[in-house]
Amino acid sequence: MNAPLIGARIERKEDYRFLTGAGQYTDDVELPRQSYAAFVRSPHAHAKIRKISLDKARQAPGFIAAYTGEDFAAAKLGGLPCGWLITDVNGQPMKEPPHPCLAQGKVRYVGDQVAIVVAETSEQARDAAERVNVDYEVLPAVVDGSKARAKGAPQLHDIAPDNTCYVWALGDKAVTDAAFAKAAHVTKLDFINNRLIPNALEPRVANGSYSRADDSYTLYVASQNPHVERLLMTAFVMGLPEHKVRVVAGDVGGGFGSKIYLYAEDVAVTWASKQVNRPVKWTSDRSEAFLSDAHGRDHHTVAELALDKDGKFLAMRVKTTANVGAYLSTFASCVPTILYATLLAGQYKTPVIHCEVTAVFTNTTPVDAYRGAGRPEATYVVERLVETAAREMKIDPAEIRRRNFITAFPYQTPVALMYDIGDYNATMDAAQKLADVSGFSKRKEQSIKNGKLRGLGYAAYIEACGIAPSAVAGSLGARAGLFEAGEVRVHPTGSVTVFTGSHSHGQGHETTFAQVVADRLGMPIENVDIVHGDTSKILFGMGTYGSRSIAVGGTAIVKALDKVIAKGKKIAAHLMEAAEADVEYDRGVYTVKGTDKKKMFGEVAFAAYVPHNYPHDKLEPGLNENAFYDPSNFTFPAGTYVCEVEVDPETGVVRIEKFTAVDDFGKIINPMIVEGQVHGGLTQGIGQALTEGCRYDDATGQLLTGSFMDYCIPRATDVPSYQVDTRETPCTHNPLGVKGCGEAGAIGAPAALMNAITDALGVTDMPMPATPQTVWRTLQNKKAA
Amino acid sequence: MAVKVSLKVNGKSVSAEVEERTLLVTVIRENLRLTGTHVGCDTAQCGACTVSMNGKAVKSCSILAMQAEGAEVMTIEGVAKPDGTLHPMQAAFKEHHGLQCGFCTPGMVMNAIDFAKSHPNPSEQEVREALEGNLCRCTGYHNIVKAIGAGARAMAASK
Ligand code: FES
Ligand code: FES
Repeated sequence: MNAPLIGARIERKEDYRFLTGAGQYTDDVELPRQSYAAFVRSPHAHAKIRKISLDKARQAPGFIAAYTGEDFAAAKLGGLPCGWLITDVNGQPMKEPPHPCLAQGKVRYVGDQVAIVVAETSEQARDAAERVNVDYEVLPAVVDGSKARAKGAPQLHDIAPDNTCYVWALGDKAVTDAAFAKAAHVTKLDFINNRLIPNALEPRVANGSYSRADDSYTLYVASQNPHVERLLMTAFVMGLPEHKVRVVAGDVGGGFGSKIYLYAEDVAVTWASKQVNRPVKWTSDRSEAFLSDAHGRDHHTVAELALDKDGKFLAMRVKTTANVGAYLSTFASCVPTILYATLLAGQYKTPVIHCEVTAVFTNTTPVDAYRGAGRPEATYVVERLVETAAREMKIDPAEIRRRNFITAFPYQTPVALMYDIGDYNATMDAAQKLADVSGFSKRKEQSIKNGKLRGLGYAAYIEACGIAPSAVAGSLGARAGLFEAGEVRVHPTGSVTVFTGSHSHGQGHETTFAQVVADRLGMPIENVDIVHGDTSKILFGMGTYGSRSIAVGGTAIVKALDKVIAKGKKIAAHLMEAAEADVEYDRGVYTVKGTDKKKMFGEVAFAAYVPHNYPHDKLEPGLNENAFYDPSNFTFPAGTYVCEVEVDPETGVVRIEKFTAVDDFGKIINPMIVEGQVHGGLTQGIGQALTEGCRYDDATGQLLTGSFMDYCIPRATDVPSYQVDTRETPCTHNPLGVKGCGEAGAIGAPAALMNAITDALGVTDMPMPATPQTVWRTLQNKKAA
Repeated sequence: MAVKVSLKVNGKSVSAEVEERTLLVTVIRENLRLTGTHVGCDTAQCGACTVSMNGKAVKSCSILAMQAEGAEVMTIEGVAKPDGTLHPMQAAFKEHHGLQCGFCTPGMVMNAIDFAKSHPNPSEQEVREALEGNLCRCTGYHNIVKAIGAGARAMAASK
């Protein structure tokens, strides 16, 4: 038997190919007779299309074909669907305006697709696309969510008066208001959770091909969930039988949510491939990615926390306007509602909470889930409020949290979730120690001596991962199931191929999942391969988002493994001439209780495929099992982050001196990979708070932050080395005890950092990102006041 | 107008018919089908396209193919030993988990190898500054910084 693999720092199986240039990303796929597509995009935020002329494009060298919204309408292609129905405060369904793949009569944001042009080379496709002449009648635009419902604001969709998608609420308003009336102290903040542009380093790519031989399609696409992509595309948009479409998402260069969705380009190249009877490939460039990948966040929130005189939380009241952009992207509607308001209890026993969310359409790129999706926004509300309340009431911010921590589990929150387990004091203790909070005042004195400001901030976050029980999600409006599928195929010689519906785009599933399997089967990890990302190989899958892969996808694999092991037990009993009840199994070895008889897993596998001596009367030959797993609850990773900053008052530059993260992810399979996920998440969270912010020009609706030069994703010099550690309360309702770790960093970091900066500056609030200019201005305003 | 460029890539003489506007990265990816070199942006900001040209790390998206006439170019595919053994810098990235999705990785490694030649034992700050031209959206740089330090020391030791 081999050493245990669960909990081992094992180098990743996928790394060799990535390090030698042998990865196969979607743009690396080049098909015979490949043609290339470019999209004509709207240069206006809001305009009527008077006329599109393709004549000049048709004469361009290498031109093959061009299609507009009219062609798509004639072909009866549907619009892009939204996967989650939100019911508003009046019991009415949200407004779902059509989301055509190519604009029909009107464009609604800069970058909206107007036409697809196919040519012999990608340069020729771009050149030809530039020759498409579109006559626009420019309309006034609105880009700011807070202004979308103002009187006289430009209207985007006829079916959505006042640009309102829905007004939705959670919690008991009357009880909440009553609790506020009795409060000794109320803390109130009014802030913006800045719009972000995900910017996975690999831009989106879609390469569609059609085979007349069997009337089938193959779409290679940079996607986080190929089966869902296929389902949406076939059933809702193209009206094709699902079995005639294969979707392949091979190596994917990061997703962070932005590659969950079904995009217009995916449909367009797939459809066009049949028209031109050649494969059609579109590769986004970065400028297009800024315009056309779904954005994240963009909330305007007024939040209040009511406390008694001892700092005990009595109630929370939150009002949010969520800017969903010009159309509803695939999961846009559930992010600022189901994934947001339900997290407002945080780690605390706040007895009553009321949250109202108004989702509005604006002339901007659609907004959808971006790393954390709703939970960073919720954590920002809770943790900024809590820290501010502590300062106002002169209670130590860690102490006020401890006074309110939930300590008994399971715990039913007032916002619909049931936390199964956690130990918030444990992560707080560990974080304070690791961050050397007790030495902070000395360090602060030193900074002051050097003419600098120093601040410390906490964030004690919680998230709901492993989305979700399908029945619960369904009752809340989900239009899909949220289970996961896995298949364990044992080969005659005992090695194993595992097929998973989860998708890896940096998370390292090929290693983590293989550790789980190899550990249970008592074999070297080299004997296990993980296959993902191809609908023709994998039975089904819901894909990867919401930190669900190990908790849901991993559990599906474990369930399939259990079946393999159980069948193996029957075979082993037969081989050892023992009663099945007397056969025991431990990591690759079947034994008979009270004897020294044993059979290795490999011997059993061999017997299953060469069934000469085999219980044919009871069992089929072969050893191949699959399982579908639908979780009974969310998982609830939680932790405490401590951030310490030094600010130069002369320049407004913020330096992160120390960033400490202590997380409880339940059981950990590969600590090295988990730490990597935390580092990456923290950096994206720091990006939100310090460097990143999407800006549109108010008057014209032009995207002002359309390249890496003006939208600053963190560089190596912007972030520190991190101090990370974990505490472990195993999840109670999945066999691995795992919770998920992919989003935590992005969820907790912004609040910790902004708490630290406001502490250093001695101000209540300031907007994200805290760029030097914003920090400097905040300091000047404070001086002037 | 088509022009012919001839250069050496990973030790092999190659030539390609290109347009005047064709970029070096296009020749590498499309003409030579060496797809380990990636394109992550269109403003010379991300470094995913970094290759070695005449011994120096350069962004191949910012060089015309014609400028590489006669040059010796090495891409990520040419870094490991012919038998497949990883270069010490590649091995350090693997050991220190300096990559996640792998998209920035070839550019990171090409830049790191060039940097390590002049910095056999770099400090953390030196490594971070050397990464000014390379973006990674996955790792938060923490493990890349560790990997490059270790890789540089391993390269120095193996000289
Ligand atoms: S592709 Fe060359 S720097 Fe981004
Ligand atoms: S590993 Fe994904 S961008 Fe660096």
